[in-house]
Amino acid sequence: MNDKYETHEHDVIIIGAGGAGLRAAIECSASGLKTAMICKSLLGKAHTVMAEGGIAASLANVDSQDNWQTHFQDTVFGGKYLNNWRMAELHAREAPERVRELERWGAVFDRTPEGKILQRAFGGHTYKRLAHVGDRTGLELIRTLQDKGIHQGIDVFMECTITRLLKDGDRVCGAFGYWRETGRFVVFKAKAIVLATGGLGRCYKITSNSWEGTGDGHALGFDAGAELLDMEFVQFHPTGMVWPPGVQGLLVTEAVRGEGGMLRNNKGERFMEKYDPKRMELSTRDVVARAIYTEVKDGRGSPHGGCFLDISHRGAEYVKKKLPSMYHQFKELADVDITREPMEVGPTCHYAMGGLKVAADNGATGVPGLYAAGECTGGMNGANRLGGNSLSDLLVFGRRAGMGAVEYARAAPAPKTDDVEIEIAAAEMTGFFGRSNPEDPYKLHLDLQNAMQGLVGIFREEKDLTAAIAKLEEFKQRAKNVGVVDGQRMFNPGWHLCRDLRNMLICAEAITRAALLRQESRGAHSRIDFPKYDDYWGEHNIVIKKGGQTMKVERCSVVKTAELQPLVDDKKAKEKK
Amino acid sequence: MSRRTFKVWRGDPNGGAFVDYQVEVQEGMVVLDAIHQIQREQAPDLACRWNCKAAKCGSCSAEVNGKPRLMCKTRLDALPTAETITVSPMKTFPVIRDLVTDVSWNYTVNKKIPPFTPGADATFLMRQRDVDRVQEFRKCIECFLCQDVCHVLREHDLKPQFFGPRFLVRVASLEMHPMDTLDRLKLLKDEGGVGLCNITKCCTEVCPEEIHITDNAIIPLKERVVDKYYDPLRIVLRVLMGTGQDGGAAGK
Repeated sequence: MNDKYETHEHDVIIIGAGGAGLRAAIECSASGLKTAMICKSLLGKAHTVMAEGGIAASLANVDSQDNWQTHFQDTVFGGKYLNNWRMAELHAREAPERVRELERWGAVFDRTPEGKILQRAFGGHTYKRLAHVGDRTGLELIRTLQDKGIHQGIDVFMECTITRLLKDGDRVCGAFGYWRETGRFVVFKAKAIVLATGGLGRCYKITSNSWEGTGDGHALGFDAGAELLDMEFVQFHPTGMVWPPGVQGLLVTEAVRGEGGMLRNNKGERFMEKYDPKRMELSTRDVVARAIYTEVKDGRGSPHGGCFLDISHRGAEYVKKKLPSMYHQFKELADVDITREPMEVGPTCHYAMGGLKVAADNGATGVPGLYAAGECTGGMNGANRLGGNSLSDLLVFGRRAGMGAVEYARAAPAPKTDDVEIEIAAAEMTGFFGRSNPEDPYKLHLDLQNAMQGLVGIFREEKDLTAAIAKLEEFKQRAKNVGVVDGQRMFNPGWHLCRDLRNMLICAEAITRAALLRQESRGAHSRIDFPKYDDYWGEHNIVIKKGGQTMKVERCSVVKTAELQPLVDDKKAKEKK
Repeated sequence: MSRRTFKVWRGDPNGGAFVDYQVEVQEGMVVLDAIHQIQREQAPDLACRWNCKAAKCGSCSAEVNGKPRLMCKTRLDALPTAETITVSPMKTFPVIRDLVTDVSWNYTVNKKIPPFTPGADATFLMRQRDVDRVQEFRKCIECFLCQDVCHVLREHDLKPQFFGPRFLVRVASLEMHPMDTLDRLKLLKDEGGVGLCNITKCCTEVCPEEIHITDNAIIPLKERVVDKYYDPLRIVLRVLMGTGQDGGAAGK
């Protein structure tokens, strides 16, 4: 061990320990490779625990007509046909087996009267499709994978933040980071790396994301030369808490609507009749979020700037059984008894559809040795993700990225890191200390969140997006002088935030630049100045890559598969009726 | 808006002390909001763990006015208004810095518990009423507040001999799973130290998920261990039949 940093060597390292990271790690270690999983928090605390409603898979336990083809059609319709078709296909085909596998590993789902896995309705899904455990499905998923993984010999490095991927020529050969506890540096050498770092919601003021959602994988991959896809599509979940102020943005699961919850404005009207009379409250998330936003803007909102969501008609016993954590969340944090009175809810930044561009079958990015899975990737969800498709995405593509990394690592030579690159990475982190009159990271973060919320939110237009670009340029300058006064490295959140800001700024800029280029409204991206679908853009994704010091924003054609064309045509025809 | 005084423990393994902070209080605020406000405005290096802010991840465990609580779930208006609010790290675990403690021991214990092991022919047809009790145990968010309050661990520091309530719940969730085939009773009796619990139910009281830790998990496990290892009739039968100590999945 060197006095500046410690070194570990593995065949594969997985960065992130949510559903995708854990599933990838299980795949790698099951193949006999020496596998490490690195996470910023304690194991089992990743944001996957906040996935509440369920995991979408066409098991057909409740609605026997369901099949993978319908799930595929629902997914690409929800994604407004911008999805990578092959990813949507693999996802729909493999999700049922991943759910059954989870059950064999110890997950205990709610049951049908016949004793099978129970499935519930959710927005945009034609059939009752979401396997669930009350409203804590994500916790069940993560705990099951965690308990499976720890007995399989995965080396887990907890509370360790990666700040840079290390390269040997074109390919990745390791990662540099710091221990949160001690502030000491650490180098992981590896033949292959899987990024599974989740989302970027902390770029926005009102978000359901925890402190971890700073777009680390997006930025680490981008910095290493990988491409970002569909970054303009940021999902605002229609129902976040709006009161009290401290919990603004906290998720209210879509399962409330799946179980029959109704949305009303301050006139008592079920306003979804105006926006999607066919699907009503179970329309896709982009539609419901815009509807609530519009009702509030036009003066029909609830006292704290949201709308009302009511489940009380289902009866106290049912609500407490099927939505226990929602019951407690509102009772304890907002003094609202949801079995008797409506909740107040409004949109909250929840999920990034956009992310690293990967190969559908094995999660490979364009950088040799670098793989990715889960929310930090793009393509699977297109312009809008259906609820329930995230947990299944994590399992299907976590496993596939693991397989990809295994195949690569088996053929790859021993990793060779470059001391100069490590020195640069270390200097970046120590550079946040000792600056005279440094920029306050908390202040800069708040300014970034306010700018993104105000200028690049649910509804966008050119003048706002242009203003946002200018602000981001200013923030990037300020970020150069960000630093901490209290000069110690042990568990110092101010110091950690200094580095996280850089990732958030990359994501925010990618979102804004892509949003400016896409001159149409589609899925989660709504342009006031271009309110309609545009046929050209319906066939194109936006890709962002590194071009020296700037971002290169380009367009590419949607990835289609000839065999799936009839399914897509069939769905389009049905939806036109 | 009003102001309240917080006494937050600041320090590391070498020692520390309570530091006073004044916080502007908003309606509906929880202790974690106050800690974040202190971080943002007064002490950027104040160390604390948190994630979901919704009582679903179990990261922000601490002791508020001496009681083990999740900071994200503890409303300021539920605490006596006349007094200052003290926030200190969990006492049972070694301090790393400020409100952050070293909970790695819990992960070591979890690794000792053999995982879910279904039979080769398991059908996974299970009725809801047969999985209700397992689902109760699986609600656990691993906040470790039960471990913090348990006097076997807190006062007597018997970590090497006792798994603690959290992991007795974990064992219960496996032992009572209708499809599991392993027998973990010997582990419970020996390494798990289930006999050390004397049912004061402190763990149940602090559980933010309202799991009936003592009644539904620990007591039934104690009964199974007693049935298997200390039932005089069984001891006689074992001698007569010549079956070993650990033969058979008793209590399944």
